[in-house]
Amino acid sequence: MFETGDFMAMSKIWSALILISFIFAAKSGRLETLSASALEGAESAVTLCLSLAGIICLWSGVLEAMKRCGMADGLACITRPLLGRLFPSTKENTEAAKAVSANFSANLLGLGNAATPFGIRAVQLLKSGETATDDMCNLVVMNTASVQLFPATIAAVRSGLGCVSPLDILPAIWLTSLCSVSAGLAAAKFFSKKQWK
Amino acid sequence: MEIIFASIVPAVLSAVALTCILKKTDLYSALTDGAKAGLSTTASILPSLVIMLTAIAMFRASGALDLLVSLLSPLAKLIGIPAECIPLMLIRPLSGSGALALGVDIITANGVDSLTGRTAAVMLGSTETTFYTISVYFGAAGIKNTRHTIPSALIADLVGFVAAAFFTRIFFS
Repeated sequence: MFETGDFMAMSKIWSALILISFIFAAKSGRLETLSASALEGAESAVTLCLSLAGIICLWSGVLEAMKRCGMADGLACITRPLLGRLFPSTKENTEAAKAVSANFSANLLGLGNAATPFGIRAVQLLKSGETATDDMCNLVVMNTASVQLFPATIAAVRSGLGCVSPLDILPAIWLTSLCSVSAGLAAAKFFSKKQWK
Repeated sequence: MEIIFASIVPAVLSAVALTCILKKTDLYSALTDGAKAGLSTTASILPSLVIMLTAIAMFRASGALDLLVSLLSPLAKLIGIPAECIPLMLIRPLSGSGALALGVDIITANGVDSLTGRTAAVMLGSTETTFYTISVYFGAAGIKNTRHTIPSALIADLVGFVAAAFFTRIFFS
């Protein structure tokens, strides 16, 4: 979901934001506004998190129930034939096929934390040496393109900021995800063909 | 259309409840255990959100963001994305919390139902922290040569951002 990512890059970005803001505000005489905005920014983060907490807790509860009653496993069974075509090397490797479809269906339901171990397991099962195969590239591209039915965090953010109908962007999100994952997989296919020539 | 969106949450809750009852799963402890995990998710978002929102609020208040946005607007017009959302494109693959904070700032400044605010939300909802994901998957499995994964994933991100702006315009203007 929203992991911290690259620490060095973030340290540099944060420092640059602060230093540039200071110089800009000093030049335009907005130093008082600047220091007020720093405190407001910090405060608004806590207010937002408080309003997010309810929705995130409720949704995590629903997801846990989906996992325990077997809805995630059921979805994994349904998606396995489709994913078999996308990942030809999983045809002889049933364990890897299971891990790939468990990863995909967990992502689809928004179970980000559950999806990661399945994905790592799939990569380990498909592994032969230290070079990524086409199927591994496809799996990771599919994960970075974020295909999910219910992006709970962003729905919670919109609701927390006063949106009456926070889910009205869902169709746009689904179509966008479909475009980006298709583009990623098409690009992977193109690069792969170019490399083997 | 509004009726469909309004029924998503109750429909999902009912479906989960029914499935759990039919399968004799302990629904109530699943819900409360999950909610407990949700509490630590929220708590883990808070520190980085405070730090990043402070920096972004300062950047906006100093006037530097306005200048950056006006510099980026020719490029934004070219690819059909609201200019305010271009910085979001740059930070999204690098940092999840940074992108969330910037998204929150864009949505607050432009309005939660504005075209720009909605585009930012769609961008956040349909993309991932690309570099983090790649390093977790390949790092844990001991893959050193990632071949074409990074360029393909970045192409997916770019297409995602342009598509987010496109579909938001189609649906909401």
